[in-house]
Amino acid sequence: MIKYILDNNLYDEFYVKNYTNASYIVSPKYGFDDGLFSGYNPPKRSYDQSMWAIERDENGISKQDMALQNERCVFQLLKKHYSRYTFEKVTAITGTPQEDLEKVYKVYGSTGKPDKAGTELYAMGWTQHTVGVQNIRAMSIIQSLLGNMGIAGGGINALRGESNVQGSTDQGLLFHIVPGYLPVPRAQWAKLEDYNKTTPSTKDPRSVNWWKNRPKYVASLLKSFYGDKAAQDNDFCYAWLPKLDPAQDASWLNLFDEMYKGTFTGFFAWGMNPACSSANAGKVRQALGKLDWMVNVNLFDNETGSFWKGPDIDPKKIKTEVFMLPCAASLEKEGSISNSGRWMQWRWKATDPPGDARPDGEIIYDLFKKIQALYKKENGPFTDPIFNLKWDYETSGKFDIHKVAKEINGYFLEDIPEHPVDKKAYKKGTLVPSFVFLLDDGRTSCGNWIYSASYTEAGNMAARRKKTDPTGLGLYPEWSWAWPVNRRIIYNRASVDLDGKPRNPDRALLKWDAENKKWGGDIPDGPAPPMGAKGVYPFIMKPDGVASIFGPGLKDGPFPEHYEPLECPIEKNPISNQRINPVVKIFEGGLDTFATHDPKYPFVCTTYRVTEHWQTGVLTRWLPWLIEAEPQMFCEISQELAKLRGISNGDRVLVETSRGKVEAVAIVTLRLKPFTIAGQTIHQIGLPWHFGWLHPKDGGDSANLLTPTVGDPNTMIPESKAFMANVAKLTKQPAKKVKKA
Amino acid sequence: MADKSFFIDTTKCTACRGCQIACKQWNMNPGTKTYQRGSHQNPEDLSYFTYKLVRFSELEVEGKPRWYFFGDQCRHCTEPPCKMTAESLKLKAITMDEATGAVLYNPKVKVKAADFKQIRESCPWDIPRWDEKTQGMAKCTMCIDRIKEGLLPACVKTCPAGAMNFGDRDKMLDMAQKRLKEVKAIYPQAELLNADFVRAVFLVIDEPRKYHKFAAAVDTTGITRIATMKNFSYKQTHGTAL
Repeated sequence: MIKYILDNNLYDEFYVKNYTNASYIVSPKYGFDDGLFSGYNPPKRSYDQSMWAIERDENGISKQDMALQNERCVFQLLKKHYSRYTFEKVTAITGTPQEDLEKVYKVYGSTGKPDKAGTELYAMGWTQHTVGVQNIRAMSIIQSLLGNMGIAGGGINALRGESNVQGSTDQGLLFHIVPGYLPVPRAQWAKLEDYNKTTPSTKDPRSVNWWKNRPKYVASLLKSFYGDKAAQDNDFCYAWLPKLDPAQDASWLNLFDEMYKGTFTGFFAWGMNPACSSANAGKVRQALGKLDWMVNVNLFDNETGSFWKGPDIDPKKIKTEVFMLPCAASLEKEGSISNSGRWMQWRWKATDPPGDARPDGEIIYDLFKKIQALYKKENGPFTDPIFNLKWDYETSGKFDIHKVAKEINGYFLEDIPEHPVDKKAYKKGTLVPSFVFLLDDGRTSCGNWIYSASYTEAGNMAARRKKTDPTGLGLYPEWSWAWPVNRRIIYNRASVDLDGKPRNPDRALLKWDAENKKWGGDIPDGPAPPMGAKGVYPFIMKPDGVASIFGPGLKDGPFPEHYEPLECPIEKNPISNQRINPVVKIFEGGLDTFATHDPKYPFVCTTYRVTEHWQTGVLTRWLPWLIEAEPQMFCEISQELAKLRGISNGDRVLVETSRGKVEAVAIVTLRLKPFTIAGQTIHQIGLPWHFGWLHPKDGGDSANLLTPTVGDPNTMIPESKAFMANVAKLTKQPAKKVKKA
Repeated sequence: MADKSFFIDTTKCTACRGCQIACKQWNMNPGTKTYQRGSHQNPEDLSYFTYKLVRFSELEVEGKPRWYFFGDQCRHCTEPPCKMTAESLKLKAITMDEATGAVLYNPKVKVKAADFKQIRESCPWDIPRWDEKTQGMAKCTMCIDRIKEGLLPACVKTCPAGAMNFGDRDKMLDMAQKRLKEVKAIYPQAELLNADFVRAVFLVIDEPRKYHKFAAAVDTTGITRIATMKNFSYKQTHGTAL
């Protein structure tokens, strides 16, 4: 599609020149040959990313060719890179007929006009690959070429597998970030000063580079953690934070690999069911047996908490002690969730949780108090961060979620007679109006800077439910609250021209009022006047201030390139001699086995979901109406494959990979068709991953018993969407159980 | 309260089955034991405990797969043949709510198996269901207990796609005609099923039988059903029932 857009001049020239790095000149060290970018180190399976740097002048400003003609400018490199992706090649790789490709390219390419918008909605079908990040990057390039970022109806929008995925990453769920997308401290940054040295910087005065404010957010976060103990002269107790090893990747696949090796002894499975949700779930089930203890916090018992009595496991040989903490469902507690549009929406409690079940917040709150008490009694090591954590989120002795929400917003911790930002006075103990007011000197606290402005002296913004829509674009600025600062569309300065006039006046997202010198419409990305010839660039979170068509920061290259999945049906990548992504981590030995281009596993297998079930089905498998609608594990196959394997619709089949097997009921469907890939007929099968052996008893087990331990090199998201399997009819078929109603 | 109707636009249905589940929830009907049989349609059929069922039908049109979804339910006929049959059998199990036109079964009235057979066969859409244990009959209630309170039927309230619509009959017929015109531009075979004499009007884009055997009124079995159909066709021509 990138090639099609370039070949047919469908790109938005104004946008590409002014709002992206298409004009930037790249270092002559950058190169690409036969599937490899320059700087590849084969034994280390990694790149030297400095080879792909943008060229800068003596003042540190990126060199540019606004005519886009320089052979080393991003635009020309992009053209060259994708010139190899002809229709013939893409059809050979994907199996999509050329006429269908053309149809999609044509329609999508037509959104490169200022009065048109195209949006990208994606989910795990794109991310769960060893090229997952580059899949999204490819779409980002397309959106940047077509001018579809920062406009109404545009963007790259992740459809989540869980309603609060956005909120959980915002709050630092992943191993490499703490709340607000601040990097996790690492051992090489012993002092706060070292940590702050990693703050993104720019020499270009036209780039806002909002991340330059990071030290204020870190100081305010540490004040939230350690209260009065944190002061400027003690690095705000930065030393107390746990640190990762210098290059440690503590993501999911590595975590369970270490658990399998017996590296650690205790584990909290909090609202998770890794025995079914994790890639190569069979390995995870074994790994759980290496633990001394596990705490399983969930609504229902699940395959993780009960792994010790699961299939092929002898309880007598398991030493792991499992504690079950029942928790409240979303309707049984108060709090917020954040959707993909970054709307933080407050939810109220509808009913009390049953029995001993309690909200997660309450469980965590009391758990830490118990840990503190135990440390006091037994005098454990390194007690400072345990004894001194500010842990005061209660009212009349009961956990108070509003106190947590307010801490996340942040407070002024001292009277501020004249704030450096607006010269106004602020009182100690009041909530900060927004992150703009956060300071790096310890006078403010803030649990998560991007959520600052969500709970202010004006009240709980997330609880708002006003349905007014002044722009007519469906922004509903007073319905809940969106981070940052209630901006509904990020990078919205890219929707206007250099004078601040909407590029699509019929759908004006932002408009500069020259007379009153202010913006109207959505909350702009900063108050600066229009870009003009000397003003600020629109992409304020990027160090260069523009969208990155060339992305030199990723582990597997600055441009997306096609590689086959780790397990694939063909011997050779049709586009280069690099069959798989050259920088993926290969897990070897034990239960990590792989079979590529292997006649024993001839079919491409993928996993997916159905509407009726949620994640591993921990919640939905217990709901009679939902399990009635989708009762059992199934395997969808084409009519052609059914014929090949002698399988009829409704037959019981066995699906097998080099790692495991699952039984399923065959659904023979017209919706799957064999592909013609690199001249060969390739069949595909698909299974949902919602089932597990625990309940219902005849529901079947998890499709993740089949999936491999391999992940995207940037995110380590597992490659659950493409691996190799076999399917065969089971000789023993059950008697027909269903009578016609 | 005005005469009510559903307009069910199958072109907008995504088969999320929210309607099927919401129906069970509101009517406090249990989930029944089911098995994967090689289809996503489950339970397999309407029953005493299932008043609303999304039927799945997969077929090929011009070499491309099509997947039709049909949220089957009682049509709440303007002249319900099931009611006529029940009355002819001296059974007071079926009534019609005057204000809304909802056709209502009283599950507490015991019906013999043979009588139920006649009632079921008189329905051109094969809707009535019966429970051997209680000997009562049940089907879609139009959520009469909700609509009398000014609420939408549960299936309509929950539909995120715009497939399920409900309101005053004239407005629904109007909406159906407008949508038919739009859809016909792409699918010339599109039609509204039995719009003149049902209160659950389905819009389909292909032959009704490709969705479900009983999607449109069928007079395949039994004299009663044939008589009913004659009555309908007479009414369509003459504007009054026989």
